[in-house]
Amino acid sequence: MNSTWKILVVDDEVAMRESLAAWLREDGYVVDVAASGREAVEMARGCQYDIYFLDLKMPPGIGGIETMIEIRKLQADAAVVIITAYATVDTAINALKEGAQEYMVKPCNPEEISLFVKRTIEVKNLQRENLYLRQRLTRHYSFQDIVSKNPAMHAIFDLIKEVASQRSTVLIQGASGTGKELVARALHEAGGRAARPFVGVSCAALAETLLESELFGHEKGSFTGANARKRGKFEAAGGGSIFLDEIGDISPKLQMDLLRVLQERKFFRLGGNEEIAMEARVIAATNRNLQEAVEKGDFREDLFYRLNVINIRLPSLCERREDIPLLVNHFIERLALEAGKPVREVSKAALKLLLDHDWPGNVRELENAVERAIVTARGEVLDVPDFDFLAQAPRGNGSRWSVPDGMSLAEIEKHAVESVLDRTDGNIKQAAEILGVDRSTLYAMIRRHNIPR
Amino acid sequence: MLICLLPVAGVADADLDAMERFVGLYFACETRRLPTLETPDGSHDAKRDQYDATAIMRAALPLCPPGATRLLVVTEHDIFIPMLTFIFGQAQVNGPAAVLSLARLHQGFHGLPEQRELFVERVLKEVLHELGHTFGLVHCADRQCAMSLSINVTNIDVKRGELCAACAANLAERLRVLRRETAAGDGSPTGSGS
Repeated sequence: MNSTWKILVVDDEVAMRESLAAWLREDGYVVDVAASGREAVEMARGCQYDIYFLDLKMPPGIGGIETMIEIRKLQADAAVVIITAYATVDTAINALKEGAQEYMVKPCNPEEISLFVKRTIEVKNLQRENLYLRQRLTRHYSFQDIVSKNPAMHAIFDLIKEVASQRSTVLIQGASGTGKELVARALHEAGGRAARPFVGVSCAALAETLLESELFGHEKGSFTGANARKRGKFEAAGGGSIFLDEIGDISPKLQMDLLRVLQERKFFRLGGNEEIAMEARVIAATNRNLQEAVEKGDFREDLFYRLNVINIRLPSLCERREDIPLLVNHFIERLALEAGKPVREVSKAALKLLLDHDWPGNVRELENAVERAIVTARGEVLDVPDFDFLAQAPRGNGSRWSVPDGMSLAEIEKHAVESVLDRTDGNIKQAAEILGVDRSTLYAMIRRHNIPR
Repeated sequence: MLICLLPVAGVADADLDAMERFVGLYFACETRRLPTLETPDGSHDAKRDQYDATAIMRAALPLCPPGATRLLVVTEHDIFIPMLTFIFGQAQVNGPAAVLSLARLHQGFHGLPEQRELFVERVLKEVLHELGHTFGLVHCADRQCAMSLSINVTNIDVKRGELCAACAANLAERLRVLRRETAAGDGSPTGSGS
């Protein structure tokens, strides 16, 4: 609706300002008029107009350009059109140099003025939308969204602030669901790259050849099905950040390719001859113990050291149990709003239940549990019955499941994945939720254990 | 409800007849054709060889009879406002009056042979457009709606001679409120205008 946009027409000639205002009102804009530059500045103090039409010469007071400079001090993003009946090259250059969006000579074609207003409003709409989305993203990924009073987590916050603006590669290690991507995004948002892209790639979700093309892009005809040139994630990230999740699961060949990119900060698209500079900061993450993988020969040592310039190890939720009440309240606040439910808090008994639970899926599992409880809750307080589903797979301090003799941890993991996939008829999303891991981790487990699908 | 048509010297009777019939039918109201107004002194701009829409409106407003709901001033003069090279018409949004120029609606103005039917079609679309403004409607994004902005005759020819569903519903609601107010004794135009 145009009625949300405000325009101020400033001209010392009454017929000029009133007729232009009436013409703009027919478009639905809210239009005010001022007879002098001083009056316009006073009006701008009380109301933020989106577009100002200023006459260049308004004797005896201040002219259009001086008025624009004063208005800009109050409102830096105001769109200003300088209008004049006596155009000269000098005044036009001066007006544009001082920051006018447009310089119009009266009388002008109705099409010209109509297009200018439409274009300006479109740009302002995009700016508003962009600002809104940025604010939402900042709220979501800045430190406010990583809620903790745990000293180890606070040391991580300090480290993030310290290294956010540097280019050094960061390796984030932590079990599934500990918030590795949130930390990566916080690193991106807190540094000078925040305005540039953050591009995430789940290395475990794609087959080797697909991942190669996904990361480096390809030229047309470089392989069957490459019908057009495609930019890879490294290019798409530009001067922003590229987040390589599940880095511990990439093939030896990709380890080699990635090492070359990190060493030379250059790469080629698949099938391409053009060398492309890598501007992005690399943030890698894994839930595997990479040092162990290096010792076993599964992961290149040189790549490990290239990635591990700055190391962030995220504690599991069990290591920061004191955060559970904070996290629960934080999730209730956000998720109840999203679900449109009146839930405000959790009862003491339910909180004790949550504190006693083991949370192998860490913060993500806790978040899923709170979300599930909110969806089915009837009142304003989440109580023990709302978390009954946790008792269906007891993992707390009470009844313990005993490990069959001779079964290794890898076999237990394989068995658990197979049985959950059976239960969900192979539905990856559901299985990942039940296991408390994200989908890329589940894909990695399926590949690691050669589980048929 | 009463809508008055005020011709400025030079408007053909046949055109006024067509407009009056259309207004009466479309707005389901009483219409009245006022005596012709001579071209107001000082409205002609010799440099531009055009007529100032604001000056014509200023001269016409006092002639609006008491009890009239809206006043549509019609002229064959090519009109302008100081900021623009020309205008087809100008209305006081949600106000008592509008002015409409027929000059550029003639094919002859653009160096083409006259086409009577096309001209009348354009006139009626613009009558609806300007009166729509006086009842509070603003420009519509639907290019085929009579309330869409026209900056050339091609734009007018693209429009249908009626309102889109949203503008029609908006107008109906505004007319309903106005008729209720008229019945309650407050039949004066709703806006202060400019």
